[in-house]
Amino acid sequence: MEFSTPLRRLVATAEEVAGRNQEKIRDSIVKSIYLTAENIAHATACPKVEKSIDWDRKIDDILTSPVWGFPIMFAMLAVVFWVTITGANYPSEVLATGLFWLEDRLTDLFTAMQAPGWLHGLLVCGVYRSLAWVVSVMLPPMAIFFPLFTLLEDAGYLPRIAFNLDCFFKKAGTHGKQALTMCMGFGCNAAGVIACRIIESPRERLIATLTNNFVPCNGRFPTLIALATIFVGGSVALSLRSMVATLTVTGLVVFGIAVTLFVSWLLAKTLLKGELSLFALELPPYRIPKVGQVIVRSVFDRTLFVLARAVLVAAPAGGIIWLFANIPVGEMSLLATFAGWLDPFARHLGLDGFILLAFILGLPANEIVLPILIMAYVSGGALMELDSLAALRHLLVDQHGWTWLTALCTMIFSLCHWPCGTTLFTIRREQRSWRWTIIAAVIPTVIGCGVCLLLNYLVRGLGLI
Amino acid sequence: MGSTRKEPVIALAGNPNTGKSTLFNALTGLRQHTGNWPGKTVLQTKGSYIYKGRKYTLVDLPGTYSLLANSLEEQVARDFICFGGPDATIVVVDATCLERNLNLALQITEITAKVVVCVNLIDEARRKKLKIDREKLSCLLGVPVVTTAARGGEGLPQLLNLVDQVVKGEIRPQPRLVQYDPEVETAVAKLVPQVKAVLGDLVNARWLSLRLLEGDLTLIEAVEKLTGKNKHVPCGWC
Amino acid sequence: MAGLKPLKAIPNGAFAYVTKVNTAGLTRRRLLDLGLVPGTRVEVVRRSPMGDPIAVKIRGAIIALRAEESGLVMVRE
Repeated sequence: MEFSTPLRRLVATAEEVAGRNQEKIRDSIVKSIYLTAENIAHATACPKVEKSIDWDRKIDDILTSPVWGFPIMFAMLAVVFWVTITGANYPSEVLATGLFWLEDRLTDLFTAMQAPGWLHGLLVCGVYRSLAWVVSVMLPPMAIFFPLFTLLEDAGYLPRIAFNLDCFFKKAGTHGKQALTMCMGFGCNAAGVIACRIIESPRERLIATLTNNFVPCNGRFPTLIALATIFVGGSVALSLRSMVATLTVTGLVVFGIAVTLFVSWLLAKTLLKGELSLFALELPPYRIPKVGQVIVRSVFDRTLFVLARAVLVAAPAGGIIWLFANIPVGEMSLLATFAGWLDPFARHLGLDGFILLAFILGLPANEIVLPILIMAYVSGGALMELDSLAALRHLLVDQHGWTWLTALCTMIFSLCHWPCGTTLFTIRREQRSWRWTIIAAVIPTVIGCGVCLLLNYLVRGLGLI
Repeated sequence: MGSTRKEPVIALAGNPNTGKSTLFNALTGLRQHTGNWPGKTVLQTKGSYIYKGRKYTLVDLPGTYSLLANSLEEQVARDFICFGGPDATIVVVDATCLERNLNLALQITEITAKVVVCVNLIDEARRKKLKIDREKLSCLLGVPVVTTAARGGEGLPQLLNLVDQVVKGEIRPQPRLVQYDPEVETAVAKLVPQVKAVLGDLVNARWLSLRLLEGDLTLIEAVEKLTGKNKHVPCGWC
Repeated sequence: MAGLKPLKAIPNGAFAYVTKVNTAGLTRRRLLDLGLVPGTRVEVVRRSPMGDPIAVKIRGAIIALRAEESGLVMVRE
């Protein structure tokens, strides 16, 4: 930068006065400030009685120990999922029953007003049902997951995760704080992408941004949980179901983390070569979280925010998809026609045309992928009333020939495909580059397709199915 | 930099993990909105609170250990305190870790005198049987000091009262500045008159001289932007 | 000089005093700003499960540093 003449003169004078000692002067300045701070602190904060028990250290001895550090971390993850899955069941059912009861009343209202059939279809079967689905499926898990997560955050556990995992990120050539942005990504990938700001080096921040999508966000958890419960949990005794589903989801998350590290490493070795930046992460003291505040804050800041976004997207999307499903093209609906086009390709990936179409139409928000799929399958044109997972199982397995492989490929594709519209928009805004935004969409898609393809052919080739 | 605006602007500075955001939330409640610092990908949170019928704008600066401009966050925080013209700056420090936190407080009092130091997490300190001599701290720093426990709301009325008095000029803090090594002080003494001649009262001359001596060009760039366009405080901040 | 070693060589639970920071430029400035000025008493509190990074108590706060940085800080026990 060019300076104006008086400023340039000032800089020149300063350089003259400092001589060649700028670095030394700086050292001396920093030292003097710290010494003054030390003196004042000693004069005013006294006397620090050595505490009999240093709880922080005791806790850290366990949480970051070579033996227990990793198991506890994954156990913690699993417990959070388990509480979310089990805890959300009942309220989800109650909400669904309530909302679908309301739907019947709405239908009565439309009938009483002698409204045309298409209006009822569009507004009630399209818009309202998607909303009801999104709210009843998403609200309870979010209302449990976010407060639990905020509790861990408030207690000070998250920096310990970064501390435990940093060596892997170092080997991948990125910053340990990436672990923190991934934690945010569990809530919402767009939030995770914004959180990447805490990483200072542009190179490392970009890597964290491009890979954030590999941790499943809240919009994808319901899909993963539902499929895991039906297909993996469904094959064991009832009492073990949530446990097995939890393990499956945890396994998928660990797979996502592995992919994150692999892709980060690949990027750091190829497109985004560079030096590691300085790593300095504070491990703050543990604090007992204020439960009340945590619940209020996570409900307002996160749950309602994410839900509002989902609802805003789901309402119009529900209407549009109802139209797609009900506008006939020859014999079939528009939706079925599109699905037919996609089907040959999707079969290679272990999916079918409808599944792939649901992911494509779900671009605005991942929450609506499963509702779209269901709407597409029940070709009556509207989202069916799925009051139980058994009904969903019947629809998928008996009517549309899903196998465990279909479910697994769908789950993997859900974990590895293009980020949702909001996330892409956020990446574009944060990085100010269309190029990186497109790359952020291409990388996970390529990986998802590759893994599904490989898995599909491997399983079929080995005759496992 | 006088308070010609109707709504006084208060900057909230502090180290990370001092409960700064808790304090911010406690003061502003839901009256807050976030955006970006102008031209920077650093999150800016602003909020407002009412005290004695007057509306105050509270700007939450990025949490930093230092203001010596080694990172974008530090630059943003420094530039706002220095050029954003806050009517007062609250420095949140962690009562359980004064030494580290005072490092930042001392750097801020070098830039501006209109500072209130808020010793937060005093409840944690009490739990750890740590006593803080508030009056002595205030005396050694030369600025008003208040102890708070933002999570429980303790001390917040006193904090708002002190800020109000500093804004109105009823309290005029006289910070006790860090004394540097003789060589540094001699060099500063040489530079100060020249800085004053060029920039007048725009920036604290002693502080700018120190930055010039250590060769911090980011600050000179900020000054250049400020004086290059016009002599006014940029309004993009507020 | 006798007894001078990099911070990363200090065992868990041991104290040491910073004597110098073996780097220049931005990294040096950042390390100094963390409080690693000569004379500062530091304590290596723990190591991460894989041995790196290490957690160091510097002026009241516990800060995790990678071997790359903690190797630059020379200390005396």
